[in-house]
Amino acid sequence: MGLKIWVFAEADGDKPASATLELLTKAREIGETVEAVYVGANADALAGALGDYGASKVYAIDPGGRLPGVIGAAALAELLPANSPDIVLFAQSYDGRDAISLLSAKLDKPVLTNGFTIRLDGDKVIIGTQIFGGNTLVDAEFEGEAPYLAAIRPKSFAAEPGGGAPATVETVPTPDAGRAGEAKVLDHHVEEREGPKLEEAVVVVSGGRGLGSAENYGPLVDDLAKLLHGASGASRAIVDAGWVPYAKQVGQTGKTVKPKLYVAIGISGATQHMVGMKGSDNIIANNKDGEAPIYGIPDLGVVGDATKVVPKLIEALKARS
Amino acid sequence: MNVVVCVKQIPDPATPGKLNADSNTLERAGKLILDESDSFGVEMALQLVDKAGGGEVTLVSMAPNDEVSGLRTALAMGAAKAILVSDPALAGSDSLTTAKVIAKSVERAGDIDLVLTATESTDGYTGTIPGQVAGLLDWPALTFAKEVEIADGTVKIQRQTEAGYDVVEASLPAVVSVTAGVVEPRYPSFKGIMAAKNKPVDKVTAADLGLDASEVGWSGARQQIVSVEKAPERQAGEKIEDDGSAYEQIVAYLEKLKVI
Ligand SMILES: Cc1cc2nc3c(=O)[nH]c(=O)nc-3n(C[C@H](O)[C@H](O)[C@H](O)COP(=O)(O)OP(=O)(O)OC[C@H]3O[C@@H](n4cnc5c(N)ncnc54)[C@H](O)[C@@H]3O)c2cc1C
Ligand SMILES: Nc1ncnc2c1ncn2[C@@H]1O[C@H](COP(=O)(O)O)[C@@H](O)[C@H]1O
Repeated sequence: MGLKIWVFAEADGDKPASATLELLTKAREIGETVEAVYVGANADALAGALGDYGASKVYAIDPGGRLPGVIGAAALAELLPANSPDIVLFAQSYDGRDAISLLSAKLDKPVLTNGFTIRLDGDKVIIGTQIFGGNTLVDAEFEGEAPYLAAIRPKSFAAEPGGGAPATVETVPTPDAGRAGEAKVLDHHVEEREGPKLEEAVVVVSGGRGLGSAENYGPLVDDLAKLLHGASGASRAIVDAGWVPYAKQVGQTGKTVKPKLYVAIGISGATQHMVGMKGSDNIIANNKDGEAPIYGIPDLGVVGDATKVVPKLIEALKARS
Repeated sequence: MNVVVCVKQIPDPATPGKLNADSNTLERAGKLILDESDSFGVEMALQLVDKAGGGEVTLVSMAPNDEVSGLRTALAMGAAKAILVSDPALAGSDSLTTAKVIAKSVERAGDIDLVLTATESTDGYTGTIPGQVAGLLDWPALTFAKEVEIADGTVKIQRQTEAGYDVVEASLPAVVSVTAGVVEPRYPSFKGIMAAKNKPVDKVTAADLGLDASEVGWSGARQQIVSVEKAPERQAGEKIEDDGSAYEQIVAYLEKLKVI
């Protein structure tokens, strides 16, 4: 009998988040029945896309001003026994991590996290992870009884529509989440962003401590990204230093990106950075130290001072446009 | 106000990580240090207790071989005492079991208002322990905090989001996970280092916490590593030295990729 797979869905405005569409695409490939669980007031707006990517049904729960992960865990704890999916997939995102960890405690079930592959071996469910900055691949399987809970890193699978009909929306009353449900969301702050999203951009230009100062980020990194119609990113060193907001961080504790082109400027190439970008189709690196670890991976390595190389490049690109 | 900070003691990240050949788990046999990610929680806790004008910071750590080096660092920063859970029966524990150990330790500490953790550890980074601990204690979980404020029995945080941050509030006691880089961890003073040597470390086993050997460690993990492989290496391509004209080669490469 085919597997029933549930996906903990998340939204980006009135659209499913790209990580959700990636999970649905994979679920469709390995499962027979795919359904989504969504915490948010706008499930009707999402139903079309959720269906297109493989979900036949979406269980919709209104969070009522609470954290989606908290309400999601409480709702799943009630829904799972009656519906018995084999696997529940979460994105390794803020709300996905809240949901899987609270659910794990509620159901006394182990979890596998940081997954980047899922495969079946007979009736075994195997989740692959990358450790040591992606140089070692580890496969782990669940033991015990389904449902198996796994969190998958965004960008692990390509999202492809399957042409399914809109998902039917089944409204589930907001569950009592116990003391966890006391956490109230009082306010949302949105930081300004220009151009494409980091995870979706075709070109990503990232800067690191080698830029020398926060003031160099705009004229070197942002401007080059803009000229290439891309997004600007960063190493953790300059996020921690307060040069740029966390949303720009690429790497193990930041975003995973897989653009057509990744440009790393003044970044040493720590494993924790590389794990977030080495899946890019093409990589250009600029570092003044020819021995920097980043030079192990680029298709084009440019050894030199970023404050000399990049302004000339920008000038040349401006002259063309 | 009494705060528990969960601190993981890990192999120095500067030395390349290794897997134990028999068990396929991370090698933790050598000397361990305080996970830098947890130094932010320690600093945050010290500041919060200071602002509250009373109370103390208790550390909780589960580590092999009675390891205390990392705990001593955090005690030298100013934490009052520590609970160290060290027990061969705990080897191979998964994140849920670790969370059970931490939750039981928080109960053992008694009269705790707040538990702080990092959002993920440097060596394991499952990132689920804060939520699991909160779930087990049935306390609110306020995760990914970049700012924490305590007032009148409530905790209010700025929670990191994809788009910016949310302001989230709950009543105490609660579990809060703290993102890296949000406070500047203090360096232990000489006086602090000397004082740390005599601060109490309560050494306990799984059984002391009321956890049965059959539900922890390898037997409790309910998941198993089936294979470990080297990842295929990415091949580096051309490498050039800038002589003032490297930008031309970059432009040519961009043209080839058709991104310009
Ligand atoms: C648990 C954990 C998680 C982490 N997660 C992440 C993560 O998600 N993302 C991340 O990026 N890091 C992460 N890190 C940090 C990571 O280990 C590195 O510290 C960080 O990536 C270094 O940033 P950097 O390359 O900008 O700085 P540095 O390592 O200081 O490198 C700066 C580089 O700039 C070069 N340079 C200097 N001057 C110039 C110049 N004029 N022109 C050109 N080049 C120049 C130098 O040669 C050097 O190679 C994590 C660390 C830990 C422990
Ligand atoms: N063995 C441990 N002892 C104490 N705290 C821990 C331990 N493991 C994890 N933690 C805490 O939980 C956080 C998240 O860990 P992890 O889920 O392993 O990424 C860590 O940063 C610590 O604050």
